Amino acid sequence: MPTERAALGRLAPRLRAAGPAAWSPRVWALVAGFAALLVLAPLASLAVEALRGSSGLWPHLLAYVLPQAVRDTVLLLAGVGLVVVAVGAGAAWLVAAYEFPGRRLLDWALLLPLAVPTYIVAYAYLDLLHPVGPIQSGLRALFGYARPRDLVLPDVRSLPGCILLLGFVLYPYVYLPVRALFLMQSASLIEAGRSLGLGPAAVFRRVALPLARPALALGASLALLEALNDIGAAEFLGVRTLTVSIYATWVNRSDLPGAAGIALVMLVLVLALISVERAARRRRHYAGAAQRSRRMSRTRLSGLPALLALGLGLAPVTVGFLLPAGYLAVAALERLGSAGLSAAIVSETLATLAYAGVAALFATGLGLVVAAGPLLSAGGAAWRDALLRCATLGYAVPGAILAIGLMPPLSALDGALDALSRQITGTGLALVGLGSGTALVYAYVVRFLAITVGSSEAGLARVPRSLGDAARVLGRGPGGALARVHLPLTAPAVLSGALLVFVDCVKELPATLLLRPLNVETLATHLYGEAARGTYEDGAVAALLIVAVGLLPVALLLRVSTPKT
Amino acid sequence: MSRHRFALGLLTLAALVCGPARAQAPAPASGEVNLYTTREPGLIRPLLDAFTAKSGVKVNTVFVDKGLAERVAAEGARSAADVLMTVDIGNLIELVDKDLAQPVRSPAIEAAVPASLRDPEGRWLALSIRARVAYAKPGLKGLDGITYESLADPKYKGEVCLRSGQHPYNTALIAAYLVKHGEEKAEAWLRGLKDNLARKAGGGDRDVARDIVADLCDIGLANSYYVGLMRSGRGGPEQKKWGDGITVALPVFEGGGTHVNVSGAVVAKSAPNRDNAVKLLEYLVSDEAQGLYAKADYEYPVKPGAPVDPLLAELGPLKIDATPLVEIARRRKAASLLVDKVGFDK
Repeated sequence: MPTERAALGRLAPRLRAAGPAAWSPRVWALVAGFAALLVLAPLASLAVEALRGSSGLWPHLLAYVLPQAVRDTVLLLAGVGLVVVAVGAGAAWLVAAYEFPGRRLLDWALLLPLAVPTYIVAYAYLDLLHPVGPIQSGLRALFGYARPRDLVLPDVRSLPGCILLLGFVLYPYVYLPVRALFLMQSASLIEAGRSLGLGPAAVFRRVALPLARPALALGASLALLEALNDIGAAEFLGVRTLTVSIYATWVNRSDLPGAAGIALVMLVLVLALISVERAARRRRHYAGAAQRSRRMSRTRLSGLPALLALGLGLAPVTVGFLLPAGYLAVAALERLGSAGLSAAIVSETLATLAYAGVAALFATGLGLVVAAGPLLSAGGAAWRDALLRCATLGYAVPGAILAIGLMPPLSALDGALDALSRQITGTGLALVGLGSGTALVYAYVVRFLAITVGSSEAGLARVPRSLGDAARVLGRGPGGALARVHLPLTAPAVLSGALLVFVDCVKELPATLLLRPLNVETLATHLYGEAARGTYEDGAVAALLIVAVGLLPVALLLRVSTPKT
Repeated sequence: MSRHRFALGLLTLAALVCGPARAQAPAPASGEVNLYTTREPGLIRPLLDAFTAKSGVKVNTVFVDKGLAERVAAEGARSAADVLMTVDIGNLIELVDKDLAQPVRSPAIEAAVPASLRDPEGRWLALSIRARVAYAKPGLKGLDGITYESLADPKYKGEVCLRSGQHPYNTALIAAYLVKHGEEKAEAWLRGLKDNLARKAGGGDRDVARDIVADLCDIGLANSYYVGLMRSGRGGPEQKKWGDGITVALPVFEGGGTHVNVSGAVVAKSAPNRDNAVKLLEYLVSDEAQGLYAKADYEYPVKPGAPVDPLLAELGPLKIDATPLVEIARRRKAASLLVDKVGFDK
């Protein structure tokens, strides 16, 4: 793959300069162990909390809460899973396999919903679709209905409504990796399919889709965990998921042990599901060829099919981004006229960028090292795999609960540092962990490490084994092969993980609210402050800035995940 | 940019964000107070600015939603928190129960706040009052002297809109019902109320007004200050339509008064700026601040005789139910369990 190599030529010498020694297995074990410790510390403190016990919790939950909460959660996840896979993979195939006017625009526009927080989409859609909102009012005027009761349409405040909203906002998690995979795919397999008499639909279903399964699994699991841990949209739309009952247990009954218990049970279930999927995939091989002759060429469409393709591609962009963001933009313009721009918005934007940037850096560095583990060991020891899995657990715990779990370890760290400082200097120390931005960066890293580990893993897995073996034959150690062969080839995947984490940090709410230092406001907390008192249109400027801050990484994401031709 | 300078820049950024430079070392006792609040910044900013203008004490704030008590507890003895401000009596009492508050003796506070709205030992006090009122379709019959009990009456079948039963404002109302009528009657009432719902319990208080305007339901319960927020146009032109499209009544418990909840504050147990913390609380119950609460946030003042905003005054005189707030807080958990038991939110 000389072309990619050339594109990443600037990176490679630096890695080479770092030298093979820096990547020795022992260093790896240290870094991966540290990452696992970072993640396990809050989970352990949640487990301790849960063990404190909560009298009568489980009988109550079993009798009155779980039957319905589990049902709603399963239906929500199944529905969201279907939507994100169908929309995400379908859209990816559309832009990878066909050429039509507007395809280049669609290519990146399809990522836009990533930049909008789900709860804001829920608010905007309720405004738009409510019986007194513009759409239904317009319909009534058009068809001559006098009262809202004369024309009753399905309410967006329902499980199906929630599934559609979350699905159309979260599908880019699938679109991004699957699109990259389709673009890397060699033409020969597709053409073999065609020559065996498969039509376009069958090629997609029987050749392209099965080959994309690792990417599909990664994307869908990220989207589903987002959906599972969502609290804002689900609660607002009246869907009682397990996460909603965790919050009710904690907030309304002051029963943190109970809430921690439910969260951990949920974590175990998520882990079980992920292992089942991994086990099912393990027996298959997704070997890429070291020499790839040419990529699949796009089928050119024109006339009605081209128009149809454009329409199909625009639909998810419209639902997931254009409508809610457009609504916000109109609201922001109205407010700007009357209220003006708040001076604090600049410092809020800077704080948002700084926290998200630092967290993305740490998460990426740690994620890359952790994911590289299996390459460093010939035998593929089980403990390496375990460390790797541990590092990704944070994504499966609701944000606020994770933030609560972070506090005791940080508090202990602060205590230890204070004691140390007293010993050495004779004076105490302020709260270095809990009182500064450290807590927040820590929370982001723990929460989103799964993304960078996952994307690094996916990227490394695509490097043909033969290339690594060649480097070893030529005398490089495992670390050297990693630095000089795998890393340069993996950089696009690593970078796209970093950018995803950045966007996720910008949007993150529960941990940001709970852990940031005094006098620090981010765009997300500003927006929430307005939303919580019911003037979220006043926060429209902040919401649009979140979108804007997210747009640049989204554009970059597209560039790094597009193979050069 | 050279690579080294780039790396240096990154490190500086990391240090700025994470470093102890930003850690709020307990501020010197000269003129600062650190406020941890679950109240939205937009609501309390006018009050804090006025306090700073008057006293010269700078107010550092952090707006926290869920988990305020857990954060202060984890920060421990070296926490920067001076004042903790929150809504809902259950949340206030929780701060006391978790031993995060310290007693305050202040003649100014004791003179301003009636004994029913503060802790006899001075560990918490209410700063403003909000009533759980009825929003209804204009012209709906039977609103005069309407009771909370009657909302479970089958005559409202399919006509009631409400937010989640697990929201603290509803949980507190259900807790008050438990105190007044006992477990059995409360459960029957909640089941009746559930049967009357026009849609799944959810959304926010203002959605009750919007859904009534949309003819989805005839009546619902919501907090009093939203009436002012909507009708004043401060929430935007859309919300003004919702506010103007409903009638508001003050329901009572049979043989009692209207259910209210409070916003309030405590002085943090390890407050590094205790004197300024007390100063802030004394200011918040002063005539000036109580007037601001009414004007800026449409809340009822805790201080007897302080003015009520005209938009709230026109709802009629508020007769507060006599059930002690502490009793309501003690039944919060039972109320939350009851909501699950009758499947109110399903």
